[in-house]
Amino acid sequence: MRYATAISALALAVAGNTAMAQDQTTACLITKTDTNPFFVKMREGAQQKADELGIELMNFAGQYDGDHETQAQAIETCIAAGADGILLLASDTSSIVSSVEQAQEAGAIVIALDTPLSPADAADATFATDNFRAGELIGQWAAAKLGDEAENARIAFLDLNVSQPTVGVLRDQGFMQGFGIDIKDPARYGDEDDPRIVGHDVTQGNEEGGRRAMENLLAQDPNINVVYTINEPAAAGAYEALDALGRAGDVMIVSVDGGCPGVQNIRDGVIGATAQQYPLDMASLGIEAIHQYAQDGTLPQPTEGKDFFDTGVELVTNEPVEGVASITVDEGMERCWG
Amino acid sequence: MTQPVLSAKNLTKRYGKVTALDQCDFELYPGEILAVIGDNGAGKSTLIKALSGAVPPDEGEVFVEGKQVNFTSPNDGRMAGIETVYQTLAMSPALSITDNMFMGREIRKKGFMGKYLRQLDRKAMEDFARQKLSDLGLMTIQNITQPVETLSGGQRQGVAVARAAAFGSKVIILDEPTAALGVKESRRVLELIQDVKKRGIPIILISHNMPHVFELADRVHIHRLGRRLCVIDPKKYSMSDAVAFMTGAKEPDEVEAA
Amino acid sequence: MSHDDAYEDIVKTRREESFAAFDSRRKGLLHRVHDVLHGNPALVPLIVLLASIVVFGLLLGSRFFSPFALTLILQQVQIVGIVAAAQSLIILTAGIDLSVGAITVISSVVMGQFAFRYGIPPFIAVICGLAFGTLCGALNGLLVSKMKLPPFIVTLGTWQVILASNYLYSRNETIRSQDIEASAPLLQFMGRRFEVAGAVFTLGVVFMILLMLVLAWALKNTAWGRHVYAVGDDAEAAALSGVNVHRTLMSVYMLSGLICGFAGWALIGRLGAVSPTSAYEANIESITAVVIGGISLFGGRGSILGALFGALIVGVFSLGLRLLGADAQWTYFFIGVLIIVAVAVDQWIRKVSA
Repeated sequence: MRYATAISALALAVAGNTAMAQDQTTACLITKTDTNPFFVKMREGAQQKADELGIELMNFAGQYDGDHETQAQAIETCIAAGADGILLLASDTSSIVSSVEQAQEAGAIVIALDTPLSPADAADATFATDNFRAGELIGQWAAAKLGDEAENARIAFLDLNVSQPTVGVLRDQGFMQGFGIDIKDPARYGDEDDPRIVGHDVTQGNEEGGRRAMENLLAQDPNINVVYTINEPAAAGAYEALDALGRAGDVMIVSVDGGCPGVQNIRDGVIGATAQQYPLDMASLGIEAIHQYAQDGTLPQPTEGKDFFDTGVELVTNEPVEGVASITVDEGMERCWG
Repeated sequence: MTQPVLSAKNLTKRYGKVTALDQCDFELYPGEILAVIGDNGAGKSTLIKALSGAVPPDEGEVFVEGKQVNFTSPNDGRMAGIETVYQTLAMSPALSITDNMFMGREIRKKGFMGKYLRQLDRKAMEDFARQKLSDLGLMTIQNITQPVETLSGGQRQGVAVARAAAFGSKVIILDEPTAALGVKESRRVLELIQDVKKRGIPIILISHNMPHVFELADRVHIHRLGRRLCVIDPKKYSMSDAVAFMTGAKEPDEVEAA
Repeated sequence: MSHDDAYEDIVKTRREESFAAFDSRRKGLLHRVHDVLHGNPALVPLIVLLASIVVFGLLLGSRFFSPFALTLILQQVQIVGIVAAAQSLIILTAGIDLSVGAITVISSVVMGQFAFRYGIPPFIAVICGLAFGTLCGALNGLLVSKMKLPPFIVTLGTWQVILASNYLYSRNETIRSQDIEASAPLLQFMGRRFEVAGAVFTLGVVFMILLMLVLAWALKNTAWGRHVYAVGDDAEAAALSGVNVHRTLMSVYMLSGLICGFAGWALIGRLGAVSPTSAYEANIESITAVVIGGISLFGGRGSILGALFGALIVGVFSLGLRLLGADAQWTYFFIGVLIIVAVAVDQWIRKVSA
């Protein structure tokens, strides 16, 4: 008898939930991992906005960067839950497309955050940093800072990983463009023949990889004086390698991201300049778009001249140069993440 | 009557519903080779393990030289001077002859290196090992540091027996020492067992090989259904009698005093 | 004795005098090589290491064959090298430890967070980190030795548990090099450098080499070391010969946890910073070093110095190939080939009746 009561209570609860789900908008946020401060900030932005708009938000994450399986499962779960929209930071931008299509067939809109899918139009919209622009900003800043010496620069490139993921290529090629290097094929790095390039090495985007890659490139050419880094942890690692050789003072390091430790490192002179991106905005704009779509079926429009919605990027440095707009470290600290 | 070196009364060991030992008695006298025979599953191994400490019995008492002992691990038995050569030999193939002989009772160097850094006295151990092997006629050994796995089956058995003889001050238990060996190697091991006996250490020999048992043993303990059926003098009975007792085909009419 | 058992008489009368001769009857070059390798398992990786240094030296000249580049390799492998020492101990007992990288990073995080979040004096914080590493090792040891669970499964579990705790506890926040330098420079102690004729050493590198030598000595010359090998070779046989298998396993797992703690300290020295995302591949990298170093994954065989050589071989290949301008994928390619060759050689050495 008691069981029967419990079961009927449960049934009622389930029925109640389903009924509620029908009038309430449900959104999913699927990130690459749930530990990276960048994604943590995103989740924060999404949650804030969702609470504000009365949207039910479900969070998912891969176990590690590159965990495609878990992300695909997460999309299936979202479809089963009847989600109206999915915010997705794809680990594998092309393999995830078939799952994305399933979600769209089930009536959900899929918005790519931070990382465009390939093809980019597989998503209904993309909210992202213009990574090429981010690279370009630090490239321009570095060139302007060096002045005439830019002609004789010896540049090391500390990239993400060997598979040349889009975000890494865009930042790298953007830097080259900004610095005044002929980038040849913009879809890949390593094909340039500019003699100022010492070489490319990979860092996995962390301190350990940054240090090792810097050491390897210094062994190839000890006269490196400009270092492009994929992100700030890699930059910090590169700084340690340079510091070990007593070269920390005379090498310029530039980076991308704008995490709080990174911005702090600009203040301490570890990094010269960084291009700051805004994960919180990406996520909250994404939730707004899902809300909008659930209301009247309109999709967000991409930024003019681009195939995605640009959430903005700012150059952060305490040594501004003419011709390149920048914000100060203090301003950067206010908007930093992590 | 002389006092037994090793004896047991009413040993009982149950594994779940199976009674492996059923109020079994046992005596081993100084200087003798006592063979223990029995059909598979009669409880020979359990008896041996209960005597050596590898398996604590549920009931019953074990006595060493008349004093009751209470073994809970093979180390206890070993401390009391009872050494066992298991059928598997219990050796580490990758380690040297010396290492194997001293496993668990290594000799440390004297002075600082031994006391604080716990360095082993390799030379003392090697000399001792060489000495013990020579005593048993395994003196043609050239390299006491060679890994046990490079030895033949008979040689390994030889090392295992030498290890037992070197440390077993009171009793040596040999579990199927010839089961895995060829004819020639078996022969050599049997001689080895007799050499050990000559040195005055009593031996418990477990074997399925009737010719070997009848050749070596002074007395034969016949085990059946978890207890001692009888003890016979191999000179007075034939092998077929023994097998008949062991399998229950024949009842011993006039059993020697248990 | 009845008549039918006289079949052995022929053997009795013709006793084989040479039966117990322990000398090797196997001559010939290949057999000798085999014997030498059997006795000195670290020889193969040492030869491969020296050969690869010579080959890259010839290809790259002074860019590679310089005190600077060669000691750079030492610095690059120091973390993996220290972790490989821990891994070797476990593998010698026929175990495997997937959690070494996680223990390393969580130890470094404990040192950093204790010093910065709670303001504990750096010296105490380092001790706490080392103790925490030991504790993680003890947990693995208890599960393996007391609960009799397979080491692979145990450490597959603790790897995830420890790594997740690491992220949760640290909130994935990095403690910056500059902050550590300012208020707790002791954390970077292992990163201290000194130079000898162009060769650059860090205390972490010195620690790695000393650790390897001390462990190699202890494994060879103490009862504990012999017991580690015996347990790995055949735990049951070891127990029957009087080795306390539980105590040996516990000592090995705890020591390995402590060594990982030191690796965590060295990690702070190398990175300057405390970064919760580092060393996450140290488990696979250390197993690679151990296998290339000729230590058998089946336990009980191999020299811990082999693991040092194995780690250095990987370091030589990665730097050498990078300096040659080869795609980084080639490094993985060659490391993969080396692993397979190493295991094949191990199998050949184990074949005693060759």
